[in-house]
Amino acid sequence: MKLQSLANAIEQHVADGACVALEGFTHLIPFAAGHEIIRQGRRHLHLVRMTPDLVYDQLIGMGCASRLTFSWGGNPGVGSLHRLRDAVEHRWPMPLELDEHTHAGMAAAYSAGAARLPFGMLRGYIGTDLVAANPRIRNVECPYTGERLTTVPAINPDVTILHAQRADRQGNVAIHGIVGAHREAALAARALIVTVEEVVERLPPAMNGIVLPHWVVSAVAHCPGGAYPAYAQGYYARDNSFYLRWDAIARERAGFRAWMERHVLGSRDHAGFMASLREAA
Amino acid sequence: MTAWTRDEMMTVAAARLLWDRCVCFVGIGLPSAACNLARLTHAPDIVLIYESGTIGTRPDVLPLSIGDGELADTAACVVPLPEIFSHYLQAGRVDVGFLGAAQIDRYGNLNSTVIGAYDAPATRLPGAGGAPEIAAHAGQTFVMLKATPRSFVARLDFCTSAGFLDGHGARGRTAARGGGPCAVITDFGMLAPEPRSQELQLSALFADATVAEARAAVGWPLQVAAAVEAIPPPSPLELETLRALHARTREAHSRPVHVPA
Repeated sequence: MKLQSLANAIEQHVADGACVALEGFTHLIPFAAGHEIIRQGRRHLHLVRMTPDLVYDQLIGMGCASRLTFSWGGNPGVGSLHRLRDAVEHRWPMPLELDEHTHAGMAAAYSAGAARLPFGMLRGYIGTDLVAANPRIRNVECPYTGERLTTVPAINPDVTILHAQRADRQGNVAIHGIVGAHREAALAARALIVTVEEVVERLPPAMNGIVLPHWVVSAVAHCPGGAYPAYAQGYYARDNSFYLRWDAIARERAGFRAWMERHVLGSRDHAGFMASLREAA
Repeated sequence: MTAWTRDEMMTVAAARLLWDRCVCFVGIGLPSAACNLARLTHAPDIVLIYESGTIGTRPDVLPLSIGDGELADTAACVVPLPEIFSHYLQAGRVDVGFLGAAQIDRYGNLNSTVIGAYDAPATRLPGAGGAPEIAAHAGQTFVMLKATPRSFVARLDFCTSAGFLDGHGARGRTAARGGGPCAVITDFGMLAPEPRSQELQLSALFADATVAEARAAVGWPLQVAAAVEAIPPPSPLELETLRALHARTREAHSRPVHVPA
């Protein structure tokens, strides 16, 4: 059964120690799914995401992750991710191994993963200390020209999780607006969970729009508002006041824990989480 | 006292460097304001690309983040991110890239990764994002960064994005196809590379800034170009357009958002 509850989908597909990519390039960020992983108490995850954003600040601060593959780890338009910083700078709540890249490198690694090639290739990382910091960034000689090209190992998550606007009952998923590397991350994964704003009987033909066809989708969970506080094109805007507030919420360990316990661990599901925010407002 | 702020002067000075129809890779913050000011004044057909995949975007208000819906709504097209980096940037289809950083050195190399050692940083910064490949492949890059001896440093803690590396043609011996940092716009004026050594030197000053102020703000012995240009103050049109853009942005972002139930 493709259509299932988010809790079931996470329980079935996200195991302790798994490599998990919650993608969404500042748009359609699967917050509800991240919260459910926290509720289910997953540990030692290898998290992958170009822009960790608040969702990974939450997962890292709650001790779910031991490794992070990423390319830009800030609070977009606001400043630092304090939980990510605390993990890297002070190993709290546990050490976090970094596998650090550039956006172009991650894009190449996801694209290679989607094609089941062993590595992605680019003219990248030129003159940067990232090459010394990350031994996985290597190079290869072009067999035609002899040029040295940079390589990054393919990313093939055990599971990729996306949020999208709509799915139909067969499990086809339609995405529009800013699409980042969502499609590449989806097709690179062994399993794909998608939370959606709406489930419709049948999606209209998409022509050039992005559709993930039903046989590459493992599970669809109906989860309205599942990208909040990020935005979903055509449904809601980013709640920027939340991004600003997060800076203060996440700055200290105790305040962060208390907030997560009240709003995420203290709610049964995403509807409960949204209700708890309304009560607190 | 002037009738404008140094932030406004930086934005105006950066906007003036852009030309009509140029293809420009934009970042959030001051670069985004500068590029849209250029579009609303002397460069109406400038092509703005944000790394999230929006091409030819014409936002009415400045975006909150790189993925702001305003960028998608007003774009000529929205393409997947891997395509932006491979088919546009790496393929040489971007004329100008804007970059910021926490630290810059005298050859325009940038650090946005860590303060301190990489494995045990005193301050973990957000990291590279798109910057290293923008630095490598844009036809030229403009850096916008306020100057203090902590940001304009003799030695970077970490090189995230290559400028002219060690200078004296070192960049030309790498695979970087773009021209590198041609201007650094800061809060006293501008630095530009000396053609032979490629060391950044003071090339232009804002009307109310001095060479002494510039030297005090820079953490290496700052060289001064033979002729230092005086940057004219913002014109009334530039200032009105920029302030109206910021006012529209503030108004739009203060509207309550509909929170999904």
